[in-house]
Amino acid sequence: MNVLAIIGRAVLAMLAAIGRVTLFAIDAVSHLGRPPYYPREFAQALVQIGYFSLPVVGLTTIFTGGALALQIYAGGARFSAEAVVPQIVAIGMVRELGPVLVGLMIAARVTSSIAAEIATMKVTEQIDALITLSTNPAKYLTLPRVLAATVVMPFLVGVGDIIGIMGGYLVGVERLGFNAGTYLRNTIDFLEPLDVVSSLTKAAAFGFLAALMGCYFGMRSGRGAQGVGRATKSAVVAASVLILAANFVLTELFFSA
Amino acid sequence: MIELVDVHKAFGANTVLTGVSLTLRKGRSMVIIGGSGTGKSVLLKCVLGLVQPDKGAISVDGTDVTNLRQGTPERDAFLARFGMLFQGSALFDSLPVWQNVAFRLLRGSLKKPRAEARDIAIEKLRRVGLSSDVADLFPAELSGGMQKRVGLARAIATEPEIIFFDEPTTGLDPIMAGVINDLIRGIASEMGSTAMTITHDMSSVRAIADEVAMLHDGMIQWTGPASEMDSCGDPCVAQFIAGSAEGPIKTVR
Ligand SMILES: Nc1ncnc2c1ncn2[C@@H]1O[C@H](COP(=O)(O)OP(=O)(O)O)[C@@H](O)[C@H]1O
Ligand SMILES: [Mg+2]
Repeated sequence: MNVLAIIGRAVLAMLAAIGRVTLFAIDAVSHLGRPPYYPREFAQALVQIGYFSLPVVGLTTIFTGGALALQIYAGGARFSAEAVVPQIVAIGMVRELGPVLVGLMIAARVTSSIAAEIATMKVTEQIDALITLSTNPAKYLTLPRVLAATVVMPFLVGVGDIIGIMGGYLVGVERLGFNAGTYLRNTIDFLEPLDVVSSLTKAAAFGFLAALMGCYFGMRSGRGAQGVGRATKSAVVAASVLILAANFVLTELFFSA
Repeated sequence: MIELVDVHKAFGANTVLTGVSLTLRKGRSMVIIGGSGTGKSVLLKCVLGLVQPDKGAISVDGTDVTNLRQGTPERDAFLARFGMLFQGSALFDSLPVWQNVAFRLLRGSLKKPRAEARDIAIEKLRRVGLSSDVADLFPAELSGGMQKRVGLARAIATEPEIIFFDEPTTGLDPIMAGVINDLIRGIASEMGSTAMTITHDMSSVRAIADEVAMLHDGMIQWTGPASEMDSCGDPCVAQFIAGSAEGPIKTVR
């Protein structure tokens, strides 16, 4: 077959997929201001996505912050720049690693569970049952999850940024011999409002994408246990890739000036 | 009145319905029989708009409902008149039994206070032969037959005008099947609801059907009053009643 045809077909398929996801997202978000509202489902999603993700967020970021401090110290030593550890840890965590790592952990933890849950509902006709009970699945299942993930992710990433910096601080002070007060002062003086704003904006975007992918692939699940497995896998892969791509785009928007 | 005219449906290469035409008058109870896998469930789903027919028209009380779009007020009004028991029960496994039954009463336009909704749910559970002990269990903690009855209670909870039952007695013991047959009979006669039931169980057919329709090969082979079923002369119906391996309905499909 012609190479151009293959490429063309792939591009068309991708554009069609982007179109479907966009329509899916617009449909869900369009229910925002329209009753009936499902506050219970929203509250449940907040707790599931936000509160129960705290341990994994804390563990991920504290180790990363610590490792980052060690690396920067070792790398910096080559051109006697060991002193920049606090600043680079702060910037690295807040601008990039905090949002990206928390985003990927949420893709692993939240996207997978949303996709598996909704796909199972689809396969066992629970989605059909919802419709016959006059309940719109986009309003009842998708919107609460997407909205909850979008509002709770900045909070998770904020916590992750702080814990990551703390990980760097612990390593810096305990292992590398930094003065505790100086370390903290350097961190705080160096961080700018834009760093924090970019971090939290990324967080909201990643939360939106993670939950959206879970719902989208769940709703489109094929039949049987195999369908659920495929839906979950596709959702996690799509969420992870989209988060990394969105991270690049947002970094470009915020910092390329 | 529910009217289907020349409804076609295929899933890829798998043609399921090839021109189904059927009329069910208001307040009547129709039973659809036919071999498994002939598309009986798909037929009900077409009426509800859960499956989009490829061709043909479906109308309810004279209004064409074939192409109602999800989320429009017309579609909401249409669905509000329906109750459906799914073949696999399709209970929401994240909600306890009573919240499944009272689902419509806890949200949306039919919302009632929680305590009242719970009372209604427990009353409906009793009607399908379940005690109030099961109200706070989760669907996964129930046997298949109990799940089916919870699904039934959910379908009738808001006393809809039109109710579809997809294999209501499959998986029940004969005594409980009798209870459910009486219940379905009662729903049609007391509440005046229009009922469409799928079943393989001939005792069920005799207990609840005003009218019988035989689906085979994607089409309605015979339809008529239940009283004429035994003498209709249709080979599919005769084979189905006799439970015989010989006849137009293949044993390998
Ligand atoms: N959502 C679907 N996607 C693809 N095929 C389907 C779907 N639903 C039903 N079918 C197919 O339609 C046929 C009829 O199914 P069904 O209506 O469930 O049979 P039954 O008469 O036993 O209720 C089967 O071959 C089934 O595989
Ligand atoms: Mg069926």
